[in-house]
Amino acid sequence: MFGTALRTSFTALRAPLRVPATALASPSLAFTRRYISQDARAKIQQAVSSTPVVLFMKGTPDAPQCGFSRAAVQVLDIHGVPAEKMKTFDVLADSELRQSIKEFSDWPTIPQLYVNGEFVGGCDILLSMHQSGELDDLLVKSGVIPPEEPESSNQTQN
Amino acid sequence: MSTAASDPRESSPVGPIEQSIRAKLTELLRPSQLEITNDSWQHRHHAPMRAAGGGNGETHFSVHVVSGQFQGKNTMQRHRMIYAALSDEFAAGLHALSLKTKAPTEVQPAAQT
Repeated sequence: MFGTALRTSFTALRAPLRVPATALASPSLAFTRRYISQDARAKIQQAVSSTPVVLFMKGTPDAPQCGFSRAAVQVLDIHGVPAEKMKTFDVLADSELRQSIKEFSDWPTIPQLYVNGEFVGGCDILLSMHQSGELDDLLVKSGVIPPEEPESSNQTQN
Repeated sequence: MSTAASDPRESSPVGPIEQSIRAKLTELLRPSQLEITNDSWQHRHHAPMRAAGGGNGETHFSVHVVSGQFQGKNTMQRHRMIYAALSDEFAAGLHALSLKTKAPTEVQPAAQT
């Protein structure tokens, strides 16, 4: 199934943020992402790798154009994701991005969250990870926010 | 995030997209529980729906599904299974789903409703 192939390929891309663009053009990716141009894919890969937290949304954090995008922004805000570690892209302002991000992520809806170049999920996933504490763990592990719990083993100050 | 006071299914007929979602998810997941709620009316004024003339009344659904097929899969994988199965519906105007996906072992025996 395409979803499985894509997920596997994508997992392989998570860590190497400095992968050269040519390495992204593996035959399996070219096949599963058949609707999206090489150029669009390279631009998105560059975008999700450029900042630890990347949110593709409708509108902007100050003026979200959709309740689900608003919720995603609010959850990231609750967790204190610093502005310099986060970038948002307004898909309503870029119709090519709006289509290509769905193919790139193999995910049909907006918003979409990436952390350290890895796809995390959409609004429902973000909310449930927020409720379960997984989001906090992910953001701490990814170095986006400092550990919050004082009883946490290392007391790193950022 | 609050749910509707009344169940929209009681007042509005089940449309073709909803029927199709139910059929495909039933076949894919053999769910022990499957609730589909049409939330489209809450999104009529949402910009893309206005652009589509208010939408066709079947643009947004909440789906609550319990299935053994989810065992051992994380939430993203579960959602992807559903999205992959419903690509035709997305192409036909479905805009967004609110998904709650549980494996039978994750459901509290005393769960409400």
